[in-house]
Amino acid sequence: MAVMADGAAVPEETRPETKAPPREREGRDPAPAKRQISLRVRLRRDKSLLIMIVPTMLVLLVFNYLPMFGTISAFEFYDPIYGFFHSNWVGLQNFNQLFGDSAFWHAFQNTLVLSLVQLILYFPIPIALAILLNTVLSTKLRSFIQAVVYLPHFFSWVLVITIFNQMLGGAGLLNQFLRQHHMATWDIMTNGSTFKYLITFQAVWKEAGWGIIVFLAALAAIDPALYESAAVDGAGRWRRMWHITLPGMRGMIILMLVLRLGNALNVGFEQMLIQRQAVGPQHAEVLDTFAYYYGISGNNFGYGAAAGLFKGVISLILIFAANKAAHRLGEDGLYRK
Amino acid sequence: MSTLEPLLGRRSKPGAGTPRKRAKGRPVWEEPPSFIGQFGKGAVLTVVVLAVVLPLYAIILTSLSSEAAITRAGGSLVLVPDGLSLNAYHEIFANGVVTRAVVVSFMITAVGTGVSMALSILCAYGLSRARSVGHRFFLTMMIFTMFFSGGLIPGFLVVTQLHGYDQYWALILPSCISVFNILIMRGFYQATARDLVDAARIDGAGDWRILWSVVLPTTKAVTAVMTLFYAVGYWGSWFNTLLYMPFDNNKWPLSYVLYEYVNIGAKMPGLDQAGSGAAVQHQVAPPFAISMAVVVLTLLPILIVYPFLQKHFTKGMLTGAIKG
Repeated sequence: MAVMADGAAVPEETRPETKAPPREREGRDPAPAKRQISLRVRLRRDKSLLIMIVPTMLVLLVFNYLPMFGTISAFEFYDPIYGFFHSNWVGLQNFNQLFGDSAFWHAFQNTLVLSLVQLILYFPIPIALAILLNTVLSTKLRSFIQAVVYLPHFFSWVLVITIFNQMLGGAGLLNQFLRQHHMATWDIMTNGSTFKYLITFQAVWKEAGWGIIVFLAALAAIDPALYESAAVDGAGRWRRMWHITLPGMRGMIILMLVLRLGNALNVGFEQMLIQRQAVGPQHAEVLDTFAYYYGISGNNFGYGAAAGLFKGVISLILIFAANKAAHRLGEDGLYRK
Repeated sequence: MSTLEPLLGRRSKPGAGTPRKRAKGRPVWEEPPSFIGQFGKGAVLTVVVLAVVLPLYAIILTSLSSEAAITRAGGSLVLVPDGLSLNAYHEIFANGVVTRAVVVSFMITAVGTGVSMALSILCAYGLSRARSVGHRFFLTMMIFTMFFSGGLIPGFLVVTQLHGYDQYWALILPSCISVFNILIMRGFYQATARDLVDAARIDGAGDWRILWSVVLPTTKAVTAVMTLFYAVGYWGSWFNTLLYMPFDNNKWPLSYVLYEYVNIGAKMPGLDQAGSGAAVQHQVAPPFAISMAVVVLTLLPILIVYPFLQKHFTKGMLTGAIKG
């Protein structure tokens, strides 16, 4: 069907004297497209492509763009019965209340601290492991380790935290061992003061494998001749790493850093939500959980939406700032200048 | 090398010709490794591998252990096989909640992955030809959703206004599109040999035919990887259930059952009728072996599919990551 439509579209715009079959023109479509083709013709030419895009665009419209519009609930005293349009408009009252709420600032502070700890402790690990793994000569062993480390990336947070509970929790393997050997037990899973390290460890366990794959890709792109000539010139292992390996990974490291900074306010929502009960909100409350608990559990939708909008705007600024910084460093970042 | 290979039970082969053993593949110019360096490397990598393998091993073993074996091990995970039994699995499959959850999870995963893949493939191909009408606009519209979102609450409100509460579609549709995945697929489709596409076009193929007969068969690796990504996402999906279906335990998918009965430790309905003495004693939470069996059920599909798809990852992910 589509074939027919496409074929039929073409003759109208083909020079009448050409005997060439109409679709051949289509074949070299974009390159010489500078000669003006009217929109109607182009629409007909790309009809199938447009039809293919429509379902996804509808889904994005309903579940991504409608909610963006729905942020007006942040300026309302939202009532589910009246919906977005007929709820009471309260202007900036939600925000005034929010900015005067110490629980909100506490959640914000937690978010920043957790993000910083993750940046410092988590970020270098995949880089180091990738460099280490890259020196393993046996391809089989290397891909075996890679496969094993990458596996937890496919586990859900519920699963990861359940596993951590069984290993490190109060009734878990570690404390079992400590008890049997008459040592003091150490319930890491409910200890608030070490919680930031715990969640970083969980993030490393789950996601380091993904990072390793990404950085190994960067390593694979480094020209081995560089190492050879450096070695011939007398550069040792560490010198080669410092002057060849790390500069070779620079682009990828900066890209990952930009992604991390742009996502600085996303510090593992599900991870926090699941463990919030165990360690207590004073340690596990972040902006997302704040929005969830006040907005949905507490039925104060406008208030939660205000917290969410605050986070969304700051995140947007962070993304642009991180990209700006990447451009300054001469890298592409998420998008080109 | 030499310290690592014994770990896997393999012999190190002596290097060709050289009096000192030179590991295969080590370039001639590279200095021979120090013992400490090799040992450290082996130790780090062993720890890393064990950190993943050990918990999985212990959990699977525990789920297969008898109550007595678990008690002998101190009530926690079992590390040494000591009395195996399939009781835990018998009980959870006799128990309606878990069986139903497994079915629900499979359905959600199958339907969701189907929807996601269909939409993503079509959209990725639809955007893959430069200079098609509206191509920039739609691309920008998609990418913008990666940078800014309305947030949790407005999304929830939209779905509930559409009467999605307690509906299965609410667990699938709101998160069925990953723009990132589509962009990766689009990159692959653009890299499909132009000659092939042009030849098909000359032969009279339209876009639907080209997508089906030329592009898809040449990009099987990325299709496999993306299918897995989506499927794993749906299989582990938990948050949407918390948002839209938190009360009706007859409808829960497996990940939510895991959360409620294993993580929180709520009492699993129907277990005490299952006739096991152990189950009656534990009125608060399901017996340990049963909990671990639920964990294993959530793990198992991933463990089964993983080896088959693993070879595609590096290819699919690498390119994806670089193009990202």
